[in-house]
Amino acid sequence: MSAAGITPDATRRPFAGRRVRFGDLALQGVAGAAAAAATGLVGLIAWKLIEGAWPSITKFGVHFVTRVAWNPVIGKEAFGAASFLFGTAVTSLIALALAAPLAIGVALFLTELAPRALRAPVTALVETLAAIPSVVIGLWGIYVLGPILRDHVEPSLHSALGFIPLFGPPSSSGSSIFTAIVVLTIMILPIVASITRELFLGVPREQKEGALALGTTRWEMVRGVMFPYARGGIAAALILGLGRAVGEAIAVTQVIGGGVFIHWNLFDTGDTLASKIAASYQGAATNLEVASLVYLALILLVFSLLANLSAQWVVRRVGRRQGIGLNRGGAG
Amino acid sequence: MSSHNLTRAALRSEGLPRRRAKNRAMEALAWLAAAVAMGLLVLVVWSVARRGWSELNLDLITKTPASGFLATGKQGLANAFAGTLVIVAVATLMALPTGILVAVYLNEFAPAAVRGAVSVALDVLNGVPAIVIGIFVYGLFVLGHGQSALAGSFALAVIMLPLVARSTMEVLALVPSSLREASLALGIPRWRTTLSVVLPQTVGGIVTGTTLAVARAAGETAPLLFTSSIVGTQLHWNPHHALQSVPVAIFELSESPDPQDHARAWAAALILLLFSLFASLGGRWLATRSRRRIATSR
Repeated sequence: MSAAGITPDATRRPFAGRRVRFGDLALQGVAGAAAAAATGLVGLIAWKLIEGAWPSITKFGVHFVTRVAWNPVIGKEAFGAASFLFGTAVTSLIALALAAPLAIGVALFLTELAPRALRAPVTALVETLAAIPSVVIGLWGIYVLGPILRDHVEPSLHSALGFIPLFGPPSSSGSSIFTAIVVLTIMILPIVASITRELFLGVPREQKEGALALGTTRWEMVRGVMFPYARGGIAAALILGLGRAVGEAIAVTQVIGGGVFIHWNLFDTGDTLASKIAASYQGAATNLEVASLVYLALILLVFSLLANLSAQWVVRRVGRRQGIGLNRGGAG
Repeated sequence: MSSHNLTRAALRSEGLPRRRAKNRAMEALAWLAAAVAMGLLVLVVWSVARRGWSELNLDLITKTPASGFLATGKQGLANAFAGTLVIVAVATLMALPTGILVAVYLNEFAPAAVRGAVSVALDVLNGVPAIVIGIFVYGLFVLGHGQSALAGSFALAVIMLPLVARSTMEVLALVPSSLREASLALGIPRWRTTLSVVLPQTVGGIVTGTTLAVARAAGETAPLLFTSSIVGTQLHWNPHHALQSVPVAIFELSESPDPQDHARAWAAALILLLFSLFASLGGRWLATRSRRRIATSR
């Protein structure tokens, strides 16, 4: 998307003042059809999800999002998304809060502090972190991270800060919302870090050197010059990271443990929208349950559209002012 | 601290020891953040390697899982590796030509307004969660027709399409317009200019984008759960039936109570992890190389 504008307008309009060639028309037609199909996919996804969720939408309406229930027993069927929305919000927002300072720290290290020889390899390794398949992180989460958190981190946090409802008694299985938060933090850290790094690289050198020449320390230069310059882009990166955390299904369903209730204890089990869908892949019993699962997916889709468009809007607004190109690398 | 105060403090060297200490603390925190990120990567790779290594043997990719409770002898995941091969290959066949055509249209033909709109759609498509794409393809193909590897391939192709299209667009934009103009000036029609002068310049970038997209698709579990997961234990190659895949196999084995299953899950995870890491690093290496080559040929 970056420098696509370098083709002069004259070469862009193939038929201006020339006879129409069949080959030109054919290529333009086929390529245009592909582009139309790619664009149409977004609409088709939305339409298919609305269609699939329709029985649940007509039965539960908007109350679906405020109700805590998931009972597929025929005759007593009741479905609601509230506990999953709550779980999604808690896991992804806390993961974002943990990942943001880490990611900004990594980006500062890579652009300002790292010895020249370390920059390229460490940058590649950070992006490699984003390439680990989520099912592998989930497997690691179940059998390595979960037990560590349950046996060492959660008990000490509980005994030290147990008066805060967030740090309640740990669950016995090792599956917990907290494990899911740590897993999500690992998954969004490289995304936010690599975008932030590119933003920091775009800060004009004269401005940075100007600040240093005035006698600021490096940190004061970062706060006074780099942060204000990259602020909008970092906001967009965080929105994209949030979108990724909200949409992650597999790794979360492996470690979060499941359950349909709203509680504040991070060390107990829970579920998110995405993890609930993934966990039900073989077990959906009735048509209404399937429709309700599709309803959950529809909520996820709406959220991902909002997150993506708002991130793009922020980038465009900031980019127009500063000429920043925001390139989303790796897995999105 | 506003930038005005900052400038004043800096110019007068006010509170220099305190500011230096703060600077050092912040630098230490940034080093720490980088160390944590590296540590996490090492920790994940090392623990997968340690647990998977001992189970890594030829049986894993040549033998199928035995069915039934009384199964004995060596078991493998041959069906999963075969399935992943088929599903990802078909997905690549779907996404690669489409993605290249989308990029060609956007960079060579589309008016600016259309280009902007389609780019936004590609970005949005890239941001749709994988599990949602799985549910979408479930509604599109699986409901009423049953699961199939083809449905799984389509779901993966939807994920790969924006990646291939974007990386192709990036290299297309680097092709110097003088090259197009030279070809057009020789009287070569526009379509031939595009196909045999412009596109060959971008092969490196397309290979890169495809490598990264394949690395991503091969590790995706969520799109396959609803499209190609209800499978037996036999080895199949027919994409009209549901095929097992490596990520779905790991997912299922990881939730099994049997420790032997966990061992196979770790071994399969190690293979998948190594594939993803090498494909991703290799793709990035190719990217810098091809970008440099186009830039110097200018």
